[in-house]
Amino acid sequence: MGAVATRKAFGDAILRLGEDPRVVVLTGDLKNSTHTEDFEAKYPERFVDVGIAESNMIGVAAGLALSGKVPFACSFSAFITGRQETIRVSVGYNEANVRIVGTHVGIGIGEDGATQMAMEDVAAMRALPNMAIIQPCDEVETHRAVEYLLDHQGPAFLRLTRQGVPAIHGDDYTFRFGEPDVLREGSDVVLVATGAQVAEALGAADALATEGVSAGVVNVHTLQPFGSASIVERARATGRVVTAEDHNVNGGLGSAVAEALAEAGAGARQVRVGLRGYGESGTTAELYAARGLDAAGIATAARALLDR
Amino acid sequence: MAQAATAPNVDDLARIAKELRVDIIRMLVKAGSGHPGGSLSEIDMLTCLYFGGVLRYRPDEPDWPGRDRFVLSKGHCTPGFYSTLARAGYFDRELLWTFREFGSALQGHPDRTRLAGVEVSAGSLGQGLSIATGMAISARIDGADWHTYCMLGDGESQAGQVWEAVMTAGNAKLDNLTAIIDFNQVQQTGLVARIQDLEPLADKFRAFKWNAISIDGHDHAQCLNALNLAREHTGEPTVIISRTLKGKGVSWMELDHDWHGKAPDEAQAERAIEEILNGGAA
Repeated sequence: MGAVATRKAFGDAILRLGEDPRVVVLTGDLKNSTHTEDFEAKYPERFVDVGIAESNMIGVAAGLALSGKVPFACSFSAFITGRQETIRVSVGYNEANVRIVGTHVGIGIGEDGATQMAMEDVAAMRALPNMAIIQPCDEVETHRAVEYLLDHQGPAFLRLTRQGVPAIHGDDYTFRFGEPDVLREGSDVVLVATGAQVAEALGAADALATEGVSAGVVNVHTLQPFGSASIVERARATGRVVTAEDHNVNGGLGSAVAEALAEAGAGARQVRVGLRGYGESGTTAELYAARGLDAAGIATAARALLDR
Repeated sequence: MAQAATAPNVDDLARIAKELRVDIIRMLVKAGSGHPGGSLSEIDMLTCLYFGGVLRYRPDEPDWPGRDRFVLSKGHCTPGFYSTLARAGYFDRELLWTFREFGSALQGHPDRTRLAGVEVSAGSLGQGLSIATGMAISARIDGADWHTYCMLGDGESQAGQVWEAVMTAGNAKLDNLTAIIDFNQVQQTGLVARIQDLEPLADKFRAFKWNAISIDGHDHAQCLNALNLAREHTGEPTVIISRTLKGKGVSWMELDHDWHGKAPDEAQAERAIEEILNGGAA
C-alpha cells in the first residue's frame, strides 16, 4: 500500500460518513487542499465555504453545533488554530461540538515554507481544557478517528498531514480514544511518537534493533485527553523515553509526556525530538533530515540516551 | 405558558421597560459592578422582542427545538438580558440579586451552560453574529421556520469578524436572520464616532446585501414595527440599526462613557430609580 496523506483520508472518510444528516463541512477557500470537494458535490446543502475568513468559519461552525449539527471546519491548521481566542470562546467555553480540522501540519508540508506550517497548533489547542486533540498516523486511523468524532461530546481538533504517510494499521484496527496505541515493545528505550513521526519511529526502532538495542514504539493518536499510563509504565521499565513530533518541542507531545512522567515520578530520562525555531522551504525528506525528525534523527536521540 | 404570543400593548411595554430598568439598577448596586450604560440602552428593544409578541419561546421548555434563537453578542450587557429573562419566566426573579456572585448562574457575562434562556456564552466581542449565522444556516438546512436574532453593540461592530459574518449572511441570503445593532453611540472609553466611526452604517450593510432599517430604539412602536418587518422580509437578512442613548433613562448616565462599566452606589441607585419611575423614559 502506498503512502496516503491523512488529509486525503479525511476527505474520503467524511464523504463516506456524509449520509449522517448532522454532518456539515465548512472551509475557507481550501476545499481542494482539505479534500472536501467530493463532499460538496454530493451534499451541497451541507457544505459552507466562508471564503478566507477563518474566525467567521469558527463562529458559524459553533452556531451549527449549538443547533444540533456536527460541523467539521477545515483549513490549514496554522490559519484556523491561529484564531485561538475565537475557538476558546465560541467553541470551547460554549462546549460546542465543533471539529476543528487542521491540515498541512509541521515542516512536513515542505516547499510552501514557514508561514504555512502549523508548528504550535497542538500547544494552542492543548491550552483549552475541553478540547480533544486527535492526530492520526495513517489512513486507517484517520477513518476510525473521523467515525469516532461523529459522536464525541465536546469540541475536538483533528490534526492532519499534507504529505503521504505509510500504512501502519490494518483494516481491523480498533481506535481507542484517549489510549495510546502500543505498536512495539522494547526493553532499552521507548519511542513515543505522533502523526507522521510514528512511521519514522518504527524505522528508528528497526535501525536500533540492528545494533542490538531493543526499542518500543508507542503511537499517541490522542494528544488530549492524554492517557499516560501505558507510557509511564514503559518509561519506568526502560528509564529512557524519546518523544517525536512535527511540532514545536514546547506544548505538544514532548511536553505532555514530560508532564506525565514528572507527575508520576517515573524517574526516566527524556529527549524531545521536535521543532525549534520557525520553518523553511524544502522537501519533506530534506526538512525532516535537517531537523532530526526522520528515523535517523530519532535513532540518534535514542542513542544519546543510551550513552548516558 | 409565558410565551409572548398575545397582541402587544404599547402601554404595557412602557411599564415593563421601566420595571426592567429598575431591576438593572438594583442588580448593579447589589453586585457592586457591571455594565449599566449598554443595559439601559438595549432594554426597550429587548422588551419589544420578548414581550411584544415577536420572539417565540417557551421558558418552561428552554430547549424547545422550534424556539427562535436570541444571541446577545454584546455579552457585557447582562443586567438588561437577565432581568428580561427573569421576567419572561426562565428562572426565579430572586436569582437576579446573585448577579456576579461566586457560584451564581448569573455570571458577569452570559454562560449558556449555567443559565436557561442563554443560547450562547458570549463576551469576547465580535463573535456572536458568526454564531447566529451558523444557527440560521442550520435552520435553513433543516427547513425549520425558527428565526435567529443577534444583538450587537455599536463599538463591537468595529471588529473585523462582524463584517466577515455580515458578508457570509448577505451572500447566503439568510432572511431567517436579524441583526440588531444597539447603536448607543458610546463605547468604553468615549464616543464611537471619535474612536472609530461606523457611519454610514446602514449603507455598509446594504453594500453587503442586507436589508437595513434605522429606528429610534427607545420608541416601542418603531421597535415592534422593525422587528416584524425583519421577520417578514425575504431574500436578505435584515439589520435593525437601533438608535439609542447609552444609559437611557438616567439623565446623568446618558452618553457618559464613565457609566459603561461601573455600578452606582446606594445613593446614586436611589436617585437613578427615582428618575426612572418618575421620568418619561420610553
